[in-house]
Amino acid sequence: MNSNFHWRPVLRALPDLIQAAFVTLEVAALSMLIGVVLGLALAMARDFTAPAAAPARWLAVAWVALARNTPALFQLYFFGFGLGAWGINMSPLAIVLAGLSFNNAGYLAETFRGGFRAVPAAQMRAALSLGMTRMQAMTRIVVPQVLRAVWHPLTNQMVWAVLMSSLGMLVGLHELAGETQAQASRTFRIFEYFAVAAVIYYVVVKLLVLGARLMAWRLFRGWSPA
Amino acid sequence: MIQIENLHKKFGALEVLRGIDLAVNKGEVLSIIGASGSGKSTLLYCINGLEPISEGRVLVDGVDVHARGTDLNRLRQRLGMVFQQWNSFPHLTVLENVALAPRIVRGLPRAKAEEVARRQLEHVGLGDKLAQYPAALSGGQQQRLAIARALAMEPEYMLFDEATSALDPELVGEVLDTMRMLAAEGMTMICVTHEMGFAREVSDRVAFFHQGRIEEIGRPEEMFGKPRSPKLKRFLAKVL
Repeated sequence: MNSNFHWRPVLRALPDLIQAAFVTLEVAALSMLIGVVLGLALAMARDFTAPAAAPARWLAVAWVALARNTPALFQLYFFGFGLGAWGINMSPLAIVLAGLSFNNAGYLAETFRGGFRAVPAAQMRAALSLGMTRMQAMTRIVVPQVLRAVWHPLTNQMVWAVLMSSLGMLVGLHELAGETQAQASRTFRIFEYFAVAAVIYYVVVKLLVLGARLMAWRLFRGWSPA
Repeated sequence: MIQIENLHKKFGALEVLRGIDLAVNKGEVLSIIGASGSGKSTLLYCINGLEPISEGRVLVDGVDVHARGTDLNRLRQRLGMVFQQWNSFPHLTVLENVALAPRIVRGLPRAKAEEVARRQLEHVGLGDKLAQYPAALSGGQQQRLAIARALAMEPEYMLFDEATSALDPELVGEVLDTMRMLAAEGMTMICVTHEMGFAREVSDRVAFFHQGRIEEIGRPEEMFGKPRSPKLKRFLAKVL
């Protein structure tokens, strides 16, 4: 058995891997976008107090509990094989998007709930006292401050989404991990392929974090929370 | 004119205001004094509709604040409010803090709103801080910012909720000076305050609140010079 490393096949496949990395980014970004929208909705639903809103509240509670307390892989499998058993067949991309969005939304719901709590109620009162509508006070005064409070957890979740998207490999999606797996099993250079893929993941995540820091600096410099 | 008729306010079982009757005329400065928990601040919140009431009426220039269908956003433009914890908007510069509401509530174009804001900020002595964020200001400066922010809506009335209570002692003076200036300019003001010197010197009338009622009301010389109610006498003996 030859235990020397052979990097040439991996380097030849590099363009394919980089292309697959863009699929990874796309999946992560889309699932984050959906996750943010759903997470906001869940965060608000969890705090509904009206009796009529109880079903929405319970849905939100169950969603958050399931998303946070079961393996992300199982969540993906639910959308793949679980729904498949009922005759609902989705493409690998749709399965990964659904699974990751479900997971992101569950985590982000808690993040947003904390973010809204971080803004003193007095900020809303002050805005109302100036004659702003509730909507204006929310969008102009409260949400910008929530955004700052959740910026770091949001960045973390984005990183997590990039890494979790590698589960796509298990449902046949050719994102970075899936593509790596396919190429590696053709050439049996398993370690080399996954080592290079790991470097690509690392670079992608580092760039994302750097971008998030730059944006935070641009958005939040000069001011500190109330 | 602000008219308050038989105003009651309950928080659950606790009745904080127990039948307030009060009228404040245009151009008048009314100070409200009294121990903590006597309902002074709650009254201000009921006047601009930030707190619902349990019974009675509040009329601002004839508009029933708590009637169904009253446009509170429009009404609040007539009522400037300054809070104990100044509540400056931390994510906006000093200029934006003041210019935002004139722009999005009054609908002024940005340039005009900023001109109004600049004028009010110069008025309260913050003309050199326009580009700063509130975090860079002292408490006294943030409170003057809050006053400028309320004034930029060109209100008919100003409500001050213990505007100096959260300030370090050396910063109280600058805020009181600003309030004196407003009074001298003829602004109608209701000031909930623990500053007896201010109440005595600036007010046209002083109201003493005790357990949700107006225990005594009158001209400052009478209230501080020869108080009639034993409760007011005891209160003054404690705070003066």
